[in-house]
Amino acid sequence: MTEGEPLVRWDWVAGHLDEIAQRLLEHVELAAIAVGVGFVIAFGLALLIVRRPRLESPITFVTGTLYTIPSLALFVLLIPYTGLSVLTAEIGLVSYTLLILIRNIVGGIRGVPADVLEAATGMGYTPRQRLWRVEMPLALAVIIAGVRVATISTIGLVTVTALIGQGGFGYFILIGIQRFFSTELIVGAVCSVMLAIGADGLLVLLQHRLTPWTRPA
Amino acid sequence: MSLFVDTLRWFVDPAHYQGSDAIQTRIFEHVELSALAMLLAAAIALPIGLYLGHTGRLAFVAVNVANIGRALPSLALLAFALPLAFALGLGLGFWPTLIALVPLAIPPMLTNAYVGARAVDRDVIESARGMGMGEFEILRRIEIPLALPLVLAGMRTSAVNVVATATLGALVAGGGLGRYIVDGLGLQEYDRLFAGALLVALLAILVEVAFGTFERRATSPGLRTAAATF
Repeated sequence: MTEGEPLVRWDWVAGHLDEIAQRLLEHVELAAIAVGVGFVIAFGLALLIVRRPRLESPITFVTGTLYTIPSLALFVLLIPYTGLSVLTAEIGLVSYTLLILIRNIVGGIRGVPADVLEAATGMGYTPRQRLWRVEMPLALAVIIAGVRVATISTIGLVTVTALIGQGGFGYFILIGIQRFFSTELIVGAVCSVMLAIGADGLLVLLQHRLTPWTRPA
Repeated sequence: MSLFVDTLRWFVDPAHYQGSDAIQTRIFEHVELSALAMLLAAAIALPIGLYLGHTGRLAFVAVNVANIGRALPSLALLAFALPLAFALGLGLGFWPTLIALVPLAIPPMLTNAYVGARAVDRDVIESARGMGMGEFEILRRIEIPLALPLVLAGMRTSAVNVVATATLGALVAGGGLGRYIVDGLGLQEYDRLFAGALLVALLAILVEVAFGTFERRATSPGLRTAAATF
């Protein structure tokens, strides 16, 4: 952004490929742990909601409130407890995945047609067998749709954790802003968007693999 | 626990209600920037969304705008907006943040306006046409009122996002409540940092609750049971 300097200096990019690869790894790691842990928690809470519908509104209220709190504010509010650490970043990132994941897991399970469930019971499935062999496969498309949304937004949010000393590609954006260096800004932003698109593409492929019957003929 | 005491002390210190860094000034800056971004984004998103929903054209675009919007992280938008604002000679602070906020706010409103208008029962529109209503009248008297709950839900999502992201404006020398967070981090003043985070969180929750209340009030009584679940 200095006079006469190009928007992207390719020599900088070529000279920093190692660092870009390292930030990519960090970005993927932060996002993957968040979505993974978030999924396990959301799955448990979703099953709880399906069994005891009375718990739906308190759980939705808590996860909805967490979702509403701006990411930077949530990270900051955690600093007194967990410091400028990976744990702070992960607690924040996991919190944001819960609402989306729970909504889709519950929606997926509830979307299974009642006559299919009756047929399964009639065939002698126990409730556990019915859950894993009938309800889960049929809910899978909706569940993966939720994982896609959670993954994309988590990859975006990881950039914000640069402010608390983590960040993956967000580190480039933050440093680019501080040094007023457009190459670094744009590399950070473009890489995080491309990572989100790439991860989404992989999840679409996974969904096609796991639920071939949903594919249009 | 001393951080809570420090933060409380920060809030009651009269020095924090004076000058350019006063709490009320920062809140005003934050709300002003967010409101302007919402107005601009709504002026772009709602007419396009409602028109596309009315005609049923370009469904692909209307639905995919939401997905693209989700892939654009707020900090990346700010990263793109900064060189743009600089190239346009708009400087730092307010303008780059505004340029980042508008595209962030458009997708939820556009998609919800589209889906809302599209979801209106075709029979209702046919009867309206049969009663001699013109296309614009159908849009104004049938589609918009029926789409309103969804449109407002889209505005709520956008508004909460905008209030949250306006915080990041402080990174590019903007005002608003993000100032306390960025300065608090930079100066290691944890009372200021914590107070800023609390204020931003409260503002976001307030916006969410206010829009939610407005949504319920503005929904036509005939729709209240069916459509309010979004």
